[in-house]
Amino acid sequence: MTRVADIARVRSKNAGPFRLTIDVFCENEAACTAVVDRLPNARVARALGVDEPALQRYVLRSIDVVKFSLARPVVQGSAEDRDQHGAQWSMLVESLTLDEV
Amino acid sequence: MSDPSFTRVLVPSGVLGLGFDETALADALALEPDIIAIDGGSTDSGPHFLGTGTSKYADSVIRGEWRTLLEARAAAGVPLVIGSVGTCGTDGQVDRMLALTEDLAAELGQHLRVATVRSEQSTTRLIEALDAGDLSALGESPELEAKTLASCSHIVALAGAEQVRAALDTGADVVIAGRATDTALIAALPIARGHDPGAAWHAAKIGECGALCSTHPTSGVVVLDIGADGFTVWPTATGARCTPRTVAAHMLYENSDPFVLLEPGGRLDVTDARYVALDDRRVRVTGSRWTTDARYTVKLEGAHIAGYRTMSLALVRDARYVANGRDWIARVESRLRDSIHRRLSLEADDYALDFRLIGMNAVLGPLETESSNAHEIGVLFLVTAATQALADEIARLADPLLLHCPLTDDEPLPTFAFPFSPAATPRGALHAFCLDHVWRLTDPMSAFRLAVHEVGAVVEGVPS
Repeated sequence: MTRVADIARVRSKNAGPFRLTIDVFCENEAACTAVVDRLPNARVARALGVDEPALQRYVLRSIDVVKFSLARPVVQGSAEDRDQHGAQWSMLVESLTLDEV
Repeated sequence: MSDPSFTRVLVPSGVLGLGFDETALADALALEPDIIAIDGGSTDSGPHFLGTGTSKYADSVIRGEWRTLLEARAAAGVPLVIGSVGTCGTDGQVDRMLALTEDLAAELGQHLRVATVRSEQSTTRLIEALDAGDLSALGESPELEAKTLASCSHIVALAGAEQVRAALDTGADVVIAGRATDTALIAALPIARGHDPGAAWHAAKIGECGALCSTHPTSGVVVLDIGADGFTVWPTATGARCTPRTVAAHMLYENSDPFVLLEPGGRLDVTDARYVALDDRRVRVTGSRWTTDARYTVKLEGAHIAGYRTMSLALVRDARYVANGRDWIARVESRLRDSIHRRLSLEADDYALDFRLIGMNAVLGPLETESSNAHEIGVLFLVTAATQALADEIARLADPLLLHCPLTDDEPLPTFAFPFSPAATPRGALHAFCLDHVWRLTDPMSAFRLAVHEVGAVVEGVPS
């Protein structure tokens, strides 16, 4: 069972107070292919607690990155916000497992 | 005399206050930059700073770093530009930075022409703009109402390259801008000199966080040569390198769309950009495109008070309570809600409670998937209410429960660890970001106020 953390480093950050962006830096081309092919958006959306259509996915093959962007599930600094910088949402993606081949 | 085929921009660090490598700065100055540009703020630390009009960094740090940069500016004989001063970029923070600059100029024996650009907005004028249909939402925010604008403690508009250029055109030695896009500070001069706007904005995005686009993110200093068909970027700290990967990766940073960046007046598209290593330290980037929008817009940021908060911290080491932490806290919460209803006649909508279990789910809340093996937990208890007095009162109702609530009815009264007396601490106002909108302007300067100040030592021949 391969976890995202086994083959990539994940960074999450606010993109302004109302959006969140999560960058999956894969360790090489094969790792990037694995994330692209074996990590469905539905699973990422579920982990983040949002509906699948709310999630945008970008693939940057030249730097082996898969990027996910979404409206921030809670607005930065609101009463419910636990993470002002959106920095630890990355853990929810890092701990996901890839589909079995 | 600098080479007219490109503009060399020195970026000391991602933000004033975060520090930079002074040797790297000296090495960058030896390269004879055309301008020194640094950012002074962001929304990233949360709505408190805009809501209160305050700065996140220590005054002593800002003073020390600004002094170093004023000396660097004098040595280079080029303009020094800062934007989004004092974290939030309000008019009050522009005033503070101007006063600091006056003070340091006198201390350093410098005479300076300082141009200020004020970004703060009057709610009256924005309500007129709303009525005229000139405000529009960026995301899926609910329809903007005049009362939301009226509720804001501070509203700022983000200045772009046009406003920074207008400040530079005054012949200023130092430009102090209120809220501005990080990138505009870097892009303004090369665009004014007729270099490619695609290259200028892309360079600006890559350089906006200083050496974060390099292998040594904390070294601060980067240099950008921006010309007709692209730009070159490199860090100046010993051992630091820019590689095509570190540079391309910075386009992702704090940006939803890795290919498109929205700026006042247009958009940058880097879909076809090429990143090539010139040597082991410098990267050349070409193929970036800028498109000017049909109508000029600036982004607005606003904050208002959404309530008042009080927090308490209780620590639990008792193994049985740690093992049953979630059940225990559910019991505390249920008893507390009952007590609030009984004693204060409040309904659940009148206040908000949050129990964050440090060691179990404090960071991710209901999304946490790991089970905890912690031997102790902290209960970070937060109450939000319409007034501070009410938040404090509810926290006092919570106090005996956080201290003594038993897991079951038939057991001796437990007592947990309170690290403080009193257990509760008022947190004051909860500020909230409440605008995610752009404002269409017919004249880019119409929302900003430019002024020129002669400050510091009196120099012969220069009118004070």
